[in-house]
Amino acid sequence: MTARVVAWLSEGTWHAVVDGVATALEAMNSSPEVVLLYVLDSQVGEAVHGAFGGLLGRGMRERDPGTAVTDAGRVAASELLEAARRRLGASAELVVRAGRIEREVVAACAGADLLVCARDGDRSRLGPHSLGHQTRFVVDHAPCAVLLIWPDAVPGLGSIPPHPEDRPGAH
Amino acid sequence: MLSGVGAEVLALALLAGVLLFAMLQPRGLPEAAVAVPAAAIIVVFGVVSPTEALRQIQTLGPTVGFLAAILVLAYLADVAGMFTWLGGSLGKLSAGQPVRLLGLVFAAAAVITAVLSLDATVVLLTPVVFRTAVGLGLRAKPHVYACTHLANSASTLLPVSNLTNLLAFSATGLSFLQFAAFMGLPWLAVIAVEYVVFRWFFRDDLRPAPVAARTDGRQQEAEQDEERAPIPAPPVFVFVVLGATLLGFGASGLVGIEPVWVAVAGAGALAVRSLTRGEITVPGLVREASPLFCLFVFALGIVVAGVTGHGMGRALGAMLPTEPTFAGLLGVALIAAVLANVVNNLPATLVMLGVLGLDPHPGLVLAMLIGVNVGPNLTYVGSLATLLWRRVLASREAAPTLTEFLRLGALTVPIGLLAGVIALWFGLTLGGGLQ
Repeated sequence: MTARVVAWLSEGTWHAVVDGVATALEAMNSSPEVVLLYVLDSQVGEAVHGAFGGLLGRGMRERDPGTAVTDAGRVAASELLEAARRRLGASAELVVRAGRIEREVVAACAGADLLVCARDGDRSRLGPHSLGHQTRFVVDHAPCAVLLIWPDAVPGLGSIPPHPEDRPGAH
Repeated sequence: MLSGVGAEVLALALLAGVLLFAMLQPRGLPEAAVAVPAAAIIVVFGVVSPTEALRQIQTLGPTVGFLAAILVLAYLADVAGMFTWLGGSLGKLSAGQPVRLLGLVFAAAAVITAVLSLDATVVLLTPVVFRTAVGLGLRAKPHVYACTHLANSASTLLPVSNLTNLLAFSATGLSFLQFAAFMGLPWLAVIAVEYVVFRWFFRDDLRPAPVAARTDGRQQEAEQDEERAPIPAPPVFVFVVLGATLLGFGASGLVGIEPVWVAVAGAGALAVRSLTRGEITVPGLVREASPLFCLFVFALGIVVAGVTGHGMGRALGAMLPTEPTFAGLLGVALIAAVLANVVNNLPATLVMLGVLGLDPHPGLVLAMLIGVNVGPNLTYVGSLATLLWRRVLASREAAPTLTEFLRLGALTVPIGLLAGVIALWFGLTLGGGLQ
């Protein structure tokens, strides 16, 4: 059976994730199916719908900016995925999902063998804060192996604070 | 002729019907379709006397005219390319840095809301900001949420910033300039609170992009620049007209002209130019003045007068502080904020004005405005009623509940209200308390 690799791409870090996928493909001897995944946060469009709904009495639903925002988000997502496929230089399935980001990513990993995603939190030091809260959820709940990418230079080992017992003056 | 409990019950039922209809908009029918008959019933049954109804219309007249002029002004600024230019400029000045973009979006949303009203920020600025953030390869959420939040919380500065302010403006007895002077500090205080909370709340989304993405982004930008039209030239004429309109607002109190005429003149100047250039049509212009919305405001005013003119007005009035002490201001702001969240800030303002009486202390009216303007961010749709209704819809259409947005509001609104009231109290004390 062909292995399946899901790459979760989002703004800012997708280049590094695509490069990570390329590296993983080289290391694998088989040629797996690759899924490039982008998840639209449906809360953004809904918040704008809500803000327009709060303008009581203005009518004119066709002017609801939530629709424009949601449509523009879909276009931008496809463009990002197309750019990612060009960068990967290999065939890949492009998938756009919408909903709660972390839940959708985990759901998209059903039947996958590997998820590739990026650290998107505080990247100035090694440690748990290098994962944003959505990535934290995804890593904790992924139903497959996870390859976590540092999207830029990896901080040195010196960025880990010393063990409390090893601190100068500690007994 | 109804009076007492009967009148109160009828008025409340009609108000509920009008608001429900405005929220649901069945078959896309205009809100006035139910509000106007409801106002007629109020008068026919004698809940509000014809004289009183006429007085309401006369009081609301300049306000509604003002509203129409500001809506047209924002529309014409958009037609002249101001928002396209603004989006391009925000993108360029941000240099792709999310924190810098957030700062710029805050400045833009605060100024647009103050000068062209919250409608302009929600309808015209928000989509532009979304496209700008996405075009830069940044996460759009903090920037879009900043627009929706500031449309409410930054709408306290000028009488024109929010319909709530316009409705209350004459009740304050202040000139345009005095209003702005007292609201300047609260406006800044609330925006500062929003900014600090946003920086913390969205810290994950606001981290600088990794180097690879930035260099790639620049390459992409360079490629796209060749295809894409450059940022259009700044719409100088629009800025001149808006600047002159603002100056006119400031001077209106000194020369004794109603500021509504200044707004009409500003809108007229832009309209003549756009009409001669064939960018707009006269029917289009009339549509943008939202005549049905104006009618809705008149009718809502009469229905609310029916609610506040009987027992409920006195009951609420007994609850309201009457002295502009710090506790008094805070109390009024909190009650106004709660009311705005239960119904919507438009009827909430009309109710509060009715309850505050004919000659309220201007400080209390300003505190009420801070409450009805900042408060709606607690429920992202501006009222609990709308929120509940959207939950009913959500079970059918799978629209998400915005837990994140609600948490954001739960952080910014109480602190924002407190900061705004402290700033107002400080200004009033400094200004001699308007005693």
